[in-house]
Amino acid sequence: MNAHAVDAHDDHDHHGPDKGLMRWVRTTNHKDIGTLYLLFSLLMFFVGGAMALVIRAELFQPGLQFVDPNFFNQMTTMHALIMIFGVVMPAFVGLANWMLPIMVGAPDMALPRMNNFSFWILPFAATMLIGTLFVEGGGPAAGWTMYPPLVLQGGKSFPMLIFSVHLLGISSIMGAINIVATIMNLRAPGMTYMKMPLFVWTWFITAYLLIATMPVLAGAVTMLLTDKYFATSFFSAAGGGDPVMFQHIFWFFGHPEVYILILPAFGIVSQIIPTFARKPLFGYASMVYATASIAFLSFIVWAHHMFTVGMPVVGELFFMMATMLIAVPTGVKVFNWVSTMWRGSMTFETPMLFAIGFVIMFTIGGLSGLMLAMTPIDFQYHDTYFVVAHFHYVLVPGAVFSIVAAVYYWLPKWTGHMYDEKLGRLHFWLSTIFVNVLFWPQHYLGLAGMPRRIPDYAVQFADFNMISSIGAFGFGLSQLLFVVVVFKAIRGGQQATDQVWEGAEGLEWTLSSPPPYHSFSVQPEIK
Amino acid sequence: MEKKTSVVKLFMIPIVMFGFGYLMVPIYDVFCDITGINGKTGRVSASQAASLEKQQERTIKVEFTSTVNQDGSWDFAPDMPTMVVHPGEPYTTTFTARNKLDEQLISQSVPSVAPSKAAAHFNKTECFCFVEQKFAAFEERAMPLTFIIDPDIPEDVDIVTLSYTLFTKPHNG
Repeated sequence: MNAHAVDAHDDHDHHGPDKGLMRWVRTTNHKDIGTLYLLFSLLMFFVGGAMALVIRAELFQPGLQFVDPNFFNQMTTMHALIMIFGVVMPAFVGLANWMLPIMVGAPDMALPRMNNFSFWILPFAATMLIGTLFVEGGGPAAGWTMYPPLVLQGGKSFPMLIFSVHLLGISSIMGAINIVATIMNLRAPGMTYMKMPLFVWTWFITAYLLIATMPVLAGAVTMLLTDKYFATSFFSAAGGGDPVMFQHIFWFFGHPEVYILILPAFGIVSQIIPTFARKPLFGYASMVYATASIAFLSFIVWAHHMFTVGMPVVGELFFMMATMLIAVPTGVKVFNWVSTMWRGSMTFETPMLFAIGFVIMFTIGGLSGLMLAMTPIDFQYHDTYFVVAHFHYVLVPGAVFSIVAAVYYWLPKWTGHMYDEKLGRLHFWLSTIFVNVLFWPQHYLGLAGMPRRIPDYAVQFADFNMISSIGAFGFGLSQLLFVVVVFKAIRGGQQATDQVWEGAEGLEWTLSSPPPYHSFSVQPEIK
Repeated sequence: MEKKTSVVKLFMIPIVMFGFGYLMVPIYDVFCDITGINGKTGRVSASQAASLEKQQERTIKVEFTSTVNQDGSWDFAPDMPTMVVHPGEPYTTTFTARNKLDEQLISQSVPSVAPSKAAAHFNKTECFCFVEQKFAAFEERAMPLTFIIDPDIPEDVDIVTLSYTLFTKPHNG
């Protein structure tokens, strides 16, 4: 089977990429598609970030300064949708495209044409989503969770929102199927499942989560669509439906989704920390089992997002306990990372700095999540800035930091050039300081009772909001440094060795930097 | 060959899960019905109701409340705010609704019972909420409701609240 995969590539006349712009449109090469995903994600990161800055500018002071409340609500909704579906998910898929084949010793992804299709859906979906801002009534403003009946009162943007969610879902389902097919079929001879690098393992599990839950979201939004235009009553009480049911279906997707946004990050950090600690990863097998347990538990905790809908106490207890149980495998992971670093010969290059930052700040976000998991406490914190602080800690210095770490880690491999280490470290320290200035005060705002998704607030919240907004602008501007570092490395710089990092291990480091356009046409043998 | 079959199998998962999303709708209803979680009340036939054991010595207070969803096109209220009843015996009361608009409207009332552990034992033989109610312009009408509390209702329940929310059906005629 593997021999066939190699043969299929040998009957090309040439081995380099096509020339010109059409190379990127028609490409089926996993490295090209990985690059496209990553650049798309970077672009969207600044689009979503600009929306966040509109939000923080408005919240700099109490009162209404810059935007009207409806536009503010559009910004919160669009910021979330773009950051989740346009930034973090495509970035992880891009990293998977670039790295999975060369980490498992495969010549390419298993389904290269579908790979091209799943990327090229994205720009259309994103255009349609962003296009909602320019139609009558403006963009969706009911929150990214799209709760009925509020979301059904949206204007012309509503069907565009639904269709773009459909497209984004189709894209990520195809991407995930491709990843599973690659991992199951194209591993190099001798690479058993328990010899796979952890980034491959975490993506393998994430891909299953994607395949299983994105269709549920597609179903839920389709029900919204038919409720609005085709007189069904899934969520309309007047017709015998129930709006709370939407929340159940949505979060049945939504909770696995948050692990889709973080499991690949666990994989990245598990690659980086051993490299710079110069020690093999502590507890490899436990990492795999912990990832699988988190994925399983993610399916039975969804109602902790809706403790305040009026559930019976038994239900609240179940979802509280199940949620808190997730802290166990997550704790295993954090302890494994710390144990990997323990007595290692550590150096602190930029990827390692971001990885350590991830471990510390993700854990902070995890602990505030544990607080939110407790039902009686959640009644107090529900829909406040405490929730905002929590999920931003796990998503920004969590998921986003891991993506940035991965880019720094593999950038010399991709481009063949070392990035500017000084600028990289500056980027890390600025990001870390400002991200805490940005999100730490939001914990206090939430504890003091400031609700989320509001354009104006009572004056007692003014100081912390001002600090938070300063942090937001500092963080946003610091990310321009990242763009500078990345494009500098693409254009030139010190030639990177094949090994790149002294302690790096794995098949990707056996290839040249940059790797040839078609790599591993003969699969390596794993001992 | 092996790759092809595994890809086909993989594509089956999203298709099945899309269906599962829709399957959650009836599962949700059945689950709420069995557990009474959503405050959904039971429905029994008159003959079933007649066969229940009457508990003259036990009394339960039933409170009635009403809400109109969203718009101001209705007046809607129970005619009796509370009743004291014996389990196993049927009682009839009425809610009065008035269409405040100069056009025909169709209403649908949705019941909910608190506490939820009482919901499964609160049965109705006849209720205006079973069907849509059509109201002519400015029409006012009392709508009947016959209920019977199951003698198996938990011992510690002595007050039951029955709430109706009145919705306007969006598609007239």
